[in-house]
Amino acid sequence: MNHAPPAIRADPPAVHAALPGRRGALRAGLAAMPDTLHAEWTKLRTVSGTAWLLVGVVTATAAVSAAAVTATKCTTGLGCPADPTKLSLTGIYLGQAVVAILAVLAVSNEYSTGMVRVTLAAMPRRLAVLAAKAAIVGALVLVAGAVAVAASLLAGRLILPGNGFTAAHGFAALSLAHGPTLRAACGSVLYLALIAMFSLGIATAVRDSAVAIGLSLGMLYLPPILIALTVTNPVWLHRLQRYTPMTAGLTIQNTTGLHGLPITPWAGLGVLALWAAAALLAGGLLLRARDA
Amino acid sequence: MTAGTVTPYRSAQQAGHDGFPQLLRAEWIKFRSVRGWIIGVVVAGLLMLAVGLLGVQANIACSSGPHAPVKHGAACVTPVPVGPGGEPVTDNFSFVRQPLTGNGSITAQVTSLTGAQASAAPSGPNTSQTQGSLRALQPWSKAGIIIKQSTKQGSAYAAMMVTGGNGVRMQYDYTQDIAGMAGKVSAARPRWLRLTRSGDAVTGYDSADGVHWTRVGSADLTGLPSTVQVGMFATSPTHVYESSSFGSGNSNGVPTTATGVFDHVGVSGRHGGAWAGDDVGGIQDFGPSGQSVEAYHQAGGIFTVTGSGDIAPATDGPGSNVGPSGTIEQHLVGTFAGLIAVVVIATMFITAEYRRGMIRVTLAATPRRGRVLAAKAAVIGAVTFVLGLIAAIIAVIIGTRLSANQGIYVFPVSWPTEARVLLGTAALLAVGAVLALAVGTILRRSAAAITAVIAGVVLTYILAMASLVPLPVAEWLLRVTPAAGFAIQQSLPRWPQVTDVYGLPQYYPLSPWAGFAVLCGYAVVAMGLAVFLLRRRDA
Repeated sequence: MNHAPPAIRADPPAVHAALPGRRGALRAGLAAMPDTLHAEWTKLRTVSGTAWLLVGVVTATAAVSAAAVTATKCTTGLGCPADPTKLSLTGIYLGQAVVAILAVLAVSNEYSTGMVRVTLAAMPRRLAVLAAKAAIVGALVLVAGAVAVAASLLAGRLILPGNGFTAAHGFAALSLAHGPTLRAACGSVLYLALIAMFSLGIATAVRDSAVAIGLSLGMLYLPPILIALTVTNPVWLHRLQRYTPMTAGLTIQNTTGLHGLPITPWAGLGVLALWAAAALLAGGLLLRARDA
Repeated sequence: MTAGTVTPYRSAQQAGHDGFPQLLRAEWIKFRSVRGWIIGVVVAGLLMLAVGLLGVQANIACSSGPHAPVKHGAACVTPVPVGPGGEPVTDNFSFVRQPLTGNGSITAQVTSLTGAQASAAPSGPNTSQTQGSLRALQPWSKAGIIIKQSTKQGSAYAAMMVTGGNGVRMQYDYTQDIAGMAGKVSAARPRWLRLTRSGDAVTGYDSADGVHWTRVGSADLTGLPSTVQVGMFATSPTHVYESSSFGSGNSNGVPTTATGVFDHVGVSGRHGGAWAGDDVGGIQDFGPSGQSVEAYHQAGGIFTVTGSGDIAPATDGPGSNVGPSGTIEQHLVGTFAGLIAVVVIATMFITAEYRRGMIRVTLAATPRRGRVLAAKAAVIGAVTFVLGLIAAIIAVIIGTRLSANQGIYVFPVSWPTEARVLLGTAALLAVGAVLALAVGTILRRSAAAITAVIAGVVLTYILAMASLVPLPVAEWLLRVTPAAGFAIQQSLPRWPQVTDVYGLPQYYPLSPWAGFAVLCGYAVVAMGLAVFLLRRRDA
């Protein structure tokens, strides 16, 4: 803590230096970044909800994944789900909702308690605050997501052979040495981090936790039903499959039938990254433009 | 201490200002004075409409052929026969018939019922797998005797029949089914069948020896004309199977045929004399290259009749021979989208009080905390019910019209069923709102409460309906999670006498009211816990 005050004291001159050109401001902002990060880390760490939500991400993901693989039997070799990796990662559907809560609360809690005014008074570079928040939340979600994905795949590796997913039926045991499985695993961790960025951006834009969580979950969960039940026009179906955050992003989990996918796995994750970037951009611009 | 009495203070205020009506009024004023919530409710209704009506489109080409869709306005419509009760029916069978005028009866002995896969079965990558799992004789393959108003599809009838796996049955007017003798028919154990017409009543009998008859049932076919068609029939429904356990969209159907052998055929009354063969429905082009196979064959007194199709209510599964079809609840698929918005508003209705500290004023004004929550539940429930009902009615009216214009056949339903679907959709939103209010009271935090309810109701529904989880998991989810409540929207019944894959999305694993009861159970338990915690905790 004792190294924080000098950085704050260093701020006012930097503001003056910024007036002729923006380069000085950028340099000062970068110089203050470790402290901004430290402040955001302290705020998030000292709220008891954060730890519980991270545990929630892991347990929700792993429990749903384990339930899905336990319930799926492959007895005859016919009609077995073709993609055991994707099946083992089913829990991401629920885990992402907990990630969304974590990201939304990281922002909206500050607004509901009025803490945001203290934060912005102490760190007037609002975009730097948002960047620091995103970095800390993203890092936490990456760690929790890695544990959740590892637990899910482990459950699949241990349970699936007992349910008939054996070499006799053409299924190898799940292994990260298998390229597509490794891609699906790493991609799922990144997917959760991008969902956090997406929700964080929305929460920064709308500021209220209830509206933010409703919007985030709505935008994630609405398109899959449109694709499955309502839209029959093939052109629109293709567009929805390619450009909606959840459906496109989760193509990263596919390890079989890659040629039939509406969008390639990494491109699909890229679509989600664009959604997340757009949400963060909108949140950042509104954060700068509005009174807190 | 003091001898004098002290008159306790009594407020000059009249009693009765904290009654339940006043409480309701207070909560209603709170609700309507937040502009964001009113906007949210309108958004919920618009989401329901937009999502529900978005999907009404189909590209159906009018091709030539006897049973191709016919041009109807701007679209092509596959004609669906309608039974005497107004319900859509399947009515395709081979009919060996002669006219009968006035009262009379028909008797026949059935000595054999065999089945085969129709040779025009789709030959795809699944064919080898299909043949492995196909039992040629279907449980509801049928052959027997029938009295029918005319050879027109959908006309009234009564029939006695032997079936592939359900013994002797008497069936009439498509939806009615009465069990007769059990067991399979064979040359060693033939079945005697008799139908007797007396005015509008047709009575069915069965017998093992042709001497001792048992009455199976009687059909009241009001309005049956004086001259009807009597004779023998055979038909066999599509064999349906699921090629995958993942999701619900991988069901397939293979047409089958049934062949019945009849002996000792006798008709009494004023009848025509000569037998004539007919393909009712006329779709039996299941021969090697699409031509009709010989429908009946007579040698001596023995008739051999072969047919394919069914005489039964129509279903919306893969066994259905109805063309592009839909159900009224397909236009209500936006309910879940509206529910997301409703859950957000209902949760905020209580969590906003905690966030602003308003809850302390509310509880100071009305110390009976359980009543406060009841009033809130009544207000949010009523608002979302009215909204849901308006949106559901508009969605079904517009959606049905749009579907008809697009050439999609919408299964007609009786008005009690339609009322149940519409009111049930509104109640689904209302109970969802009360559940969200209760969870919001328990957790006191909007983000956690909203996510819990959306994950419990909406996510489970999406996982099950969008085939994102294996079918057993999907059915389990729709039994035990609050998403079971969506079953209230199911409009089509399951017919025990029709084999089909009664799967999602048209058919839920629980019956409509049982599914709705599951959702209500969650809401009641959550409300109970919410009242308990609200009373126990400091605000």
